[in-house]
This record gives sequence, C-alpha cells and structure tokens, in this order.
Amino acid sequence: METYVQSHPIPVAQPPKHASPLGRWLRHEILASPIQAVGTLLGLSLALTLIWALVDFTIVNAVWTGSNRAACAMVDQQLGACWPFIKDKLGQLMYGFYPADARWRVNLVYAVGLVLLIPLLHPRARYKLHLSIAFFGLFPLFAYVLLYGGPVFRPWLRAGATLVCFLALTCLAVHLKLINEQPFARQVRAFGLVVASIVALVVGLAIAPVFEVADRLNFALLLLCLVALAENRSPRGEDRVWAERGFCLAWAGFVLGLSCGFDIVAQPALQIIPTSQWGGLFVTLVVATTGIVASVPIGIVLALARRSSAPIIRTLAIGFIEIVRGVPLITILFFSTYMLPLFLDQPPDGLVRVLIGVSLFAGAYMAEIIRGGLQAIPKGQYEAAASLGLGYSQTMGLIVLPQAIRLVIPGVVNSFIGLFKDTTLVSVVSIFDLLGGMRAAFTDPAWSGPSILYTGFAFTGMIYFGFCYLMSSYSRLMEEHLRVDHRT
Amino acid sequence: MFSQRIKNLMGCVFAAVTVMTSSAAIAGPTLQKIKDRGELACGVSQGIGGFSMPDSSGKWTGLDVDLCRAIASAIFDDPNKVQFVALSAKDRFTALQSGAVDLLSRNTTWTMSRESALGMSFSVVNFYDGQGFMANKSLGVSSLKDLSGATVCLTSGTTHEMNLADYFRTHKLKYEAIVFVTADETIKAFEANRCDVYSADTSAVYAQKSKLKQPDEYVVLPELISKEPLGPAVRQGDAEWGNIVKWTHFAMINAEELGVNRANVVEMRKSENPEIRRLLGLEGNLGESLGLSKDWADRIVRHVGNYGEIFEANVGSQSPLGIKRGVNSLWSNGGLQYAPPIR
Repeated sequence: METYVQSHPIPVAQPPKHASPLGRWLRHEILASPIQAVGTLLGLSLALTLIWALVDFTIVNAVWTGSNRAACAMVDQQLGACWPFIKDKLGQLMYGFYPADARWRVNLVYAVGLVLLIPLLHPRARYKLHLSIAFFGLFPLFAYVLLYGGPVFRPWLRAGATLVCFLALTCLAVHLKLINEQPFARQVRAFGLVVASIVALVVGLAIAPVFEVADRLNFALLLLCLVALAENRSPRGEDRVWAERGFCLAWAGFVLGLSCGFDIVAQPALQIIPTSQWGGLFVTLVVATTGIVASVPIGIVLALARRSSAPIIRTLAIGFIEIVRGVPLITILFFSTYMLPLFLDQPPDGLVRVLIGVSLFAGAYMAEIIRGGLQAIPKGQYEAAASLGLGYSQTMGLIVLPQAIRLVIPGVVNSFIGLFKDTTLVSVVSIFDLLGGMRAAFTDPAWSGPSILYTGFAFTGMIYFGFCYLMSSYSRLMEEHLRVDHRT
Repeated sequence: MFSQRIKNLMGCVFAAVTVMTSSAAIAGPTLQKIKDRGELACGVSQGIGGFSMPDSSGKWTGLDVDLCRAIASAIFDDPNKVQFVALSAKDRFTALQSGAVDLLSRNTTWTMSRESALGMSFSVVNFYDGQGFMANKSLGVSSLKDLSGATVCLTSGTTHEMNLADYFRTHKLKYEAIVFVTADETIKAFEANRCDVYSADTSAVYAQKSKLKQPDEYVVLPELISKEPLGPAVRQGDAEWGNIVKWTHFAMINAEELGVNRANVVEMRKSENPEIRRLLGLEGNLGESLGLSKDWADRIVRHVGNYGEIFEANVGSQSPLGIKRGVNSLWSNGGLQYAPPIR
C-alpha cells in the first residue's frame, strides 16, 4: 500500500501558443465542438439572410423621391420600401393634427426635455437634485403651458400659490399638533384659529365670484394661508418664525398682486390647441412619459401600503391592485372615454382621462414589481435600521427602498417597455398615436399600393425598436453601474 | 336570502341602465348643445379611403367628412367648425349613445336592427353600397351571369359569404369560395391568381383595386348582389336635429338636380327659377323653420358643394378610387339618389 505524495513543486508552464484573444475566443466560444461550429454557421447564415433582406428592402430596392403612388409603382414589382410615402405623411406621423405653425412648441418641449433628461440619466452627473426638481417639478408645467396653450403665466402662479398654501397648511397642522402640549390659554387661541380658518375659507369662496372656480379656490387657500401664518409659531425659535412669516406673506402678496395684475392687463397667451388635435409620435411620447414617470411613485406607495401592517390600508391597496390588474387596459380606457361622460356633467379632457388611466394601470403593475424587491430585503436590514433609531420613513427611504429598487431594475424596465408599446391603445379614444396615424395613412387612395403596408410597418417598427432598445440599453448600463447582481 | 341578494343586484343594474339611458335621452336639443359648444362633434372612421381619412396635411377628407362639413356650414357658416372624432367599427354606436358625438357619419349601413335595438335613427343614404365583384380583363366576363363555375376570393367574418351563397343558389350558378382572414390577404391571393374573381363591398373593391400592381388589367362588374345603404345616424329622441342632418343631404341632392354648384352658387342667386330661389333662401322661410338661417342651403353649396361635386371629388372620377356614379346617380339619371322637394 503506497500513498502518493507530491514532493516538489510542479514547474510553471508556458501559456498555450497562438493564444491571441481573437484565436481563443474563436476556439473556446465559437468553434469549441463540431455541434457548436455547425450552430455558429447556421446562425451566421440566418442573420446574414435576414440582414440582407432588410437592406434589400429598405435601401437597395427602395424608392426615395416622388409625390404620389405613381412614383412607387416601380417597387410594387420587386418589393422595396416606398419612402416618399413616409416623407409625405411624416407631419401626421410625428405630430398628428397639431397645427403646422405651432409645431415649434412641441420641438421646444422635446429640446428642453432632452437637455434636462440627458444629464439626469448620467450616473455620475452633478446637481442631480436641481435637475430632478426641474425635470419632475417644473418641466411638466412648462410642457403643459407650451403644448396646450392658453395664458402663459397663470398656470405657474396657480401652481405656486397652491404649493405655498399647502405648505402653510402643513405648518398649521404641525402647529396644532404641538399645541396640545401647550398651556390652556394657547389651546383656546388655537381653537380660535381653526374657526378663523374656516371663516376665511368661506369668505374666500364667496368673495371672488368674478374669478374662475380654480382662482376662487386659490384665493380662499391664500386667505387661509395668511390666517395660518399670522399665528404660526414653529418650535424652532422666534427669529426663524418671523423669517417664515415674512417670506410667506411676501409670496402671498406677490401672487395675489400678479394674479390681479395679469387679469387686468392682458397677459401673453399662446393659441390653445385642444388635445383632440394631438397625435403621432408626439402623443405616444406624452402618454408613455407620463405613465412611466407617474407609475413609479404610485407603485412605491401601493407596494408599501400592501406590505403595511394597518389592515385598512393593506386591504385597500390589495383591492386596488387586484382590480386594476384584473381588467384589461383597453377596458379602463373605454370606460373612461364613453362611460364617464354619462355620469359626469363636465368630464375632464379626453387625453387627461387616458393619462390618469394609464398611470394607475402602470402603477398597479409597478407596485407588484417593487413589492418583489421589498420582499427580497433581509429582515436584518430592518432590524439594523431599527437599532439605529430610524423611524418608518427613514428606514424605508434610506435603507430598504434604495436596495429594493436596485434589485428590480430589470422588471421595472420591462414594465416601461410594455407601457411604451401599450400606448397604441389610445386609438380607442379617437387619438391617432404613431401606429394609429400610420394605419390611417394606409387608407389614403393617393398612395395606395402593394408596398405601402410593408414600408409603413417597417418604419413604425424601427421607431418602436429604437425607443425600446434605448430603454433596455440604459437599464443595462445602470445595472452595470450599480452592480446589482453581486458579481465578484 | 340568496334570491333576495340577486334581486338587489338586478335592481342596481336596472338603476344603472336607467340612469345611462335616461341621461342619453334627456341630453336635450342637440342643436343647442352644438351651438353652445361652437362646433359639431362628428364621428368618422379611423381611416377609410374616400369616405373619411386625414390627408397628408392633417385635413379630414372624404364623402362622409364632407357631410359633416356641410352640416357645420349650415349651422355656423363655417365648414371648419367640426371636431372629427375617429371611431372604430366597434366603438361607433357607444360613442353616439354616450353623446361623445352628435352624429355618426362613418360608412354605417342602415339596417332595421340598428334602429329598433340600438336606438339609432337613420334617414338618408349618402352612398348606396353593395357587394360587388372584380375580375381580370383577360377572363372576358362582363356580367355576373358569366361566372358559373368560378372561384371567388373573399374575406371571412362578413355577410359576404352568405350573400354569395344566396345569389348563386337562386341563379342556379356554381362557384367555389376561397375565404381569407384579412382584406389584404384576400387581395394578394386574388392577384396571385388563386381565384377568378374578388368580392367585397363595391367601395372596398375599388379601394383594393388601387392596391393592385396593374390596376388597369382588372374590371369591376356592374352588378351588386346585396344592399348596403350607408348613411349618417343620429340618436333617437331629437327629431329637430335629425331633420337638420336629413335636409342637409337633401339640399345637396336638390342643388345638383337644379344645377347649383360651388362655382355658380353666387351667380344662381339672380336666378328666376322659384325652386332655386327657395333652395337658396331667397323666397320663403324654410331654413329658419329648421332652426337654421334662411341661407342655410346657400352656405352648404358655397362651402362644400352639391352631392355630385363631393361624390366625384372624394370617390368618383377625380379621386384615385374612380368609383362610377352607378346607383348613386340622381333619380333623373336612373340612379337611386332622390330628394323630396324643398318647399
């Protein structure tokens, strides 16, 4: 019985000869075995055939100039693209019925959006907070004013005034909560304050019947805000309170003055372009962007609510998610378009209804994706957060959600891509999106011919592919950057 | 206990249905609603060449579209005060019932069930369509009667198969049908000589013909074997509005009959012909009794044209479709387009 013991080190071997990176790649990845070699050849020939067919159709056999179907009669014989058709219909496909002399507004929104979005998407960009506020807070308002039209400044004033009023009301609520701990005399004053607020609200609503409803509400809120500020004492110290008061009063006066001033002096206004005239790729992008941006916060709130320990909140979240997920999107759109007007006297604008429907629908799906991420976070993370003395919002915001969302990026992007393609369903509400516009263009007898259908679908296919591929490439980049898969 | 709950449920459903139907019915005089809104909401198709489709500059064109423009002209003296709402074939009736559109001018066949069960009201036919046939010229056929033993390409899911079977059985002719799922497949098969004739509604036959590689080598046979009267529909319960739609069409027919067209309508105001004078509102007060102005028909012809003009421009000889007037000729020319007199 002998045991073998290695008594001296094995000499270091030379690397294999001819091992250039290309050669190794070919030998190990491509031609490792006969089966693999055959597979490679088959795949290569298939890819070449398809690419050649595409090049043949879109470039070699294609017609590039012309003004009607006669120009494309040639490609009808040999299957090529009829690009003059796309050129002729391009305005319709990109902007729908949006008036040609106002299309610069859409282009400007695109440009501003891109300028804000591109640095925001860069993983190591600076000023991210500022950019986020600009893109998610100010840009939608800017886009609304420019795309829809109407008075240029009023929406900003309204939004600003509403924001300030809600801030002031939050101050008031905090103040009232703190006042419980105060002496009796101050409690009485707090009670008086509540009464005064209600009076202010009523007066505000009644006093300004000359204004529109939204203005009247704003006015009432402003009065309420003034009353609240007059009594607001934050626990942080006297000087700060005076600063806050002064700021809010100045802002309220500024907003009121401006509103009144602009109502008296004619303010600059853009031509209103009703959403029924929006269309093409433009409307596809509006619906997709709104849905994508809105679905994430909706999804986070719903996911957290569904995992909440409060039974009412949890039940409501489960009910909402299951009902919305259990109904096809087209049903929601159809209902909001044709049924809602039967119940409401003044239903909101058709596109707004679509945007709300799409956001809620995408939000419900997003909630389940994010919940998956939340469930993957080990219990230790929660316990660690608790041991540091973090509350619920801090635990979620600082510890759990960042990890959870990082985990579910592939699922989230999957949902975004699905949503982008689902936007074609807006055709049920009589809006021609990119695909709807293309289908309408097919019916033009001035262009009808055998090659039109192929050309049109090839073109829309390329656009959809471009956008979806960009999204998935970006998600890969982000995953790489965040190293979510814990690769060593 | 359980049946009680079902009864309650049924009660709820009935209440909901009542609310829905009643709110549709009490929508009030449509004309007033349109005037308040400042434009006519007209339900059109999502693209049917020659009937309603947006052109390359985004302007709606077509025979059905021109009817909407004519009505807008009669009400507002402006053919552009129309909001076109593009509807799919599935959604069109719901859209009309819910009040989303005032009028459906969307290539819709007037049938009994649509009036008796769907609450629509049709009153005029602006295009007499019907199932027709197209054959290769080399076949040398000039009439359906020559088609015994032919193979026919058609699209499934329509009434065409049934019409075809009925027609060939009653005329004791033999045929063989080859059925396809989509219209584009059907026409491709016909082009590839899978069958001798192609069959669909005439308007569609002409539209498909323009998609062929050599359209001139094919001929559309003169016979129609089914009735597909296409016309505008309104909700039941507002006869005043129905009258406006109906008489807009009749005004265009009468204008053609009297030789009043877009080019000469101003000239025609000097005419001595009492019929023309009544049409143009120079005598009598007929427009105002409709709830419109005296010169309502003058506006229609001035802005849109007479029936012959809109037919030729959209689907007839001046359009790529090139549909012959045929049954859509005036009654005085042997067609079916006939309008009661304006007096």
